[in-house]
Amino acid sequence: MGSMLLVIAYASVAVFVVAVVQRFVAIQRLPLHLRWELYPVAHEKGRASYGGSYLEESDWWTKPRESSKLGELKVMIPEILLLAGVWEHNRSQWLRSFPFHFGIYMLAGLIFLLLVGALAGVAGVDVSPNGGAAWSALYHLTYVVGYVGLALALVGSLALLARRTFETSYAQYTKKADYFNLLFFIVTVVIAVTAHIFTDPSFSTLRSYVAMLVTFDFTSAGAGATAFSGLTAAEIVLGCLLMAYIPLTHMSHFFTKWFMYHDIRWSDEPNIVGGKIERKVNEMLQYPVSWSAPHIRGDGKKNWVDVATSGVEE
Amino acid sequence: MTKTRVKIEDISKPSEKLTELRKEDFKPLPAPFDTPESTPDFAPLSDTAKENYECSLDDTIAISLPKPKTKEEEDELVGKFLSGLQKLFTKENNWTFLQPLILSMEHCATCHTCSEACHIFEASGENDVYRPAYRSEVFRRLYKKHVKSKGGVLQEWRDGKIELNWTTVARLAELAYRCNLCRRCAQTCPIGVDNALIAHEIRKLFSQEMGIVPKELHDNGSVLQLKVGSSTGMNDVVVKDNMEFIDEDVSEMTGLTVETPWDKYGADILLIHNAGEIMAWPMNPGAFGVIFESAGLSWTMSSEIAGFDSINYGVWYDDAQFARVAIKHAEAAKKLGVKKIVLGECGHAHKALTVIADRVLTGDLNIPRESSMVTFEDIVMNERIKVDPTRNDFPVTLHDPCNLVRLMGIVEPQRRVLKKIAPRFREMAPHGVENYCCGGGSGFAIMSGHNFNDWRAQIAGRKKIEQVLNAFKDELDPSINKYVCAPCSNCKGQLRDAMAYYGLWEKHSIMYDGLAELIVNCMVDVKPGFIEWEWH
Repeated sequence: MGSMLLVIAYASVAVFVVAVVQRFVAIQRLPLHLRWELYPVAHEKGRASYGGSYLEESDWWTKPRESSKLGELKVMIPEILLLAGVWEHNRSQWLRSFPFHFGIYMLAGLIFLLLVGALAGVAGVDVSPNGGAAWSALYHLTYVVGYVGLALALVGSLALLARRTFETSYAQYTKKADYFNLLFFIVTVVIAVTAHIFTDPSFSTLRSYVAMLVTFDFTSAGAGATAFSGLTAAEIVLGCLLMAYIPLTHMSHFFTKWFMYHDIRWSDEPNIVGGKIERKVNEMLQYPVSWSAPHIRGDGKKNWVDVATSGVEE
Repeated sequence: MTKTRVKIEDISKPSEKLTELRKEDFKPLPAPFDTPESTPDFAPLSDTAKENYECSLDDTIAISLPKPKTKEEEDELVGKFLSGLQKLFTKENNWTFLQPLILSMEHCATCHTCSEACHIFEASGENDVYRPAYRSEVFRRLYKKHVKSKGGVLQEWRDGKIELNWTTVARLAELAYRCNLCRRCAQTCPIGVDNALIAHEIRKLFSQEMGIVPKELHDNGSVLQLKVGSSTGMNDVVVKDNMEFIDEDVSEMTGLTVETPWDKYGADILLIHNAGEIMAWPMNPGAFGVIFESAGLSWTMSSEIAGFDSINYGVWYDDAQFARVAIKHAEAAKKLGVKKIVLGECGHAHKALTVIADRVLTGDLNIPRESSMVTFEDIVMNERIKVDPTRNDFPVTLHDPCNLVRLMGIVEPQRRVLKKIAPRFREMAPHGVENYCCGGGSGFAIMSGHNFNDWRAQIAGRKKIEQVLNAFKDELDPSINKYVCAPCSNCKGQLRDAMAYYGLWEKHSIMYDGLAELIVNCMVDVKPGFIEWEWH
């Protein structure tokens, strides 16, 4: 069983990575679109606070553009970590959504802590209450982060499920897959909580499992050197499947949001004569058009330049 | 009577109406308009309209889509819709908006944050059909079923149920015109999904593939503009004549000699107005003349096709029409060898030519564009004209045109001017980039067929009327003249209609007009009394 648990984890990580990369590349390969920014644009230095833009300057094209990466971070960090937009615009949803998301962040943090602990263990360090101060702290921090993360994710997913089930306006928009997704989270978290309460309260078994993962230690796993309870095994299997599943769904917004903000909302770079944007635009203007309405009559041969300069035919 | 809930899949089920609009459901306005009896009735559609046009969405008609006469005709139209749907998701046909569209199609979490932000949803009394996500979810399900999916047993389980038939298509066409495209909802979306963009793309599908579009926007709008030069129907001769009359009137009113320069090669500035100003609010282009001449600017107007009308209705419904008009604007400027184009008080013209066309105009057509708000700020704040703010000693508030503010980030220049020239200026709540649309956005201001005017005033424009009344709530006394500064022609068109609908001038002496008029009204060198209150 132990070897199988390693295989599942490797396969899940591979699916996760491939799905994210594939979607990322697919989005990045989409053609440059027309400008469609929406203010406030966070990198507008000195203007983002009220939603202003460089277009407020007289003869703006003659002046250097002042862009602030710090300004973007000031928006993105609270947006990602605290769901600041939901807090501001939909407080009742935030009460449900924030624990869910923050719980997931903490579980991602848990994986990191387990990884650090596992690597330390492989290096011969004693990650336990009896280890050095730092390793003892890591030991305690791991299960605290784990339990809090699991609790938040459970509370959040139950609250979201309740809203989607009992509030008509939400229920009408909720697909069966959405219920499945939430139930997937709930079952996984419930199994994980149960596993830790009854068989792995300090998350040490999980840390041993991660150590086997990072060392590709099929021998120990296969030999049952570390005993995985049925609950722990179920926790590992469900956790791995969930990780692989997320980027295959609309929940991939955890990284596509980057494009939503940087490529659309905040994409205010002006087109300069002879510049990179102009070069791309000129390429796209050569695309053939096949729209059929009488005022376009795209035949698949006419390109956008032909259409835009041909006037109104009907 | 309780409201009937409308489900996503109901859009495909034939019925007389998907939803009914009842005044008692609408969000109450502030006093004295706080009861259903205190506002005009919503006129019912005529029997002829019901007989001839598709009207099964709600109680109004925006696009006058003729009813197909046979099942074959219906099937053919559904087939065309499907063909357009597929083209909309190809890079060749829709490179212009493909990335934002796909991201909005794929990542909605249906959290309904957008609903709270939408003035139409709120004003209607939270009608399910006007929820910003309703139209988007219908379209998303069609996309996933007919474009993205290869079918399979999991498709409906994963993406939700939808049926594509003529009822769906006809209702979706109308529903695309129940959104002002103000993008207030997109601003609040925690993920970045843009329901207004989706409405925009649905409009494009209908226009670019099926030729279905309100005639006010296409036949009488962009087509007429490309043919004679302006959607008003004015050609170069008529527009010059009209401007000559305006120059005469303004010269008489102000005591200054104003003569609009035409086709002056090598001028610094090509000024392009929304030609609707010349027809409906002539004192606005007149005021521009006074300000520009007094400030000593080198400027001209153009008599080229579209060079004297900044409108670009294509930005609301059709990429081809949009690009054609934008190119005409740029060609007019190129021909005159100007250093920059300054856009008059028209929000959508600002956004269309400055921002959206930025990735259409290349090479020598990429001539710098500037907002007149910025030009005015430069003139007023640098004291290139002398002003006496006491001449504007009346309550003034500012309406923020969405295109200019939320969609371009031009927020403060007009405020700095107002704070200098209008001592009793106060903001609406909310304002700036969080403003509410006037209700006329995306072409509605020029659409009044059937009973659409009722819908505009009672639903789309309701929130703005509420904001105006609240801005002046301590001075509603009709003996005090009050001014809503709306630096946008379409917003003014909507405010004109909605304020007349509720009688705001007659009952409370609230009028609207532009920023240019307010500036001229306080110019020291100008005879007092430029603003014509009695005109309203």
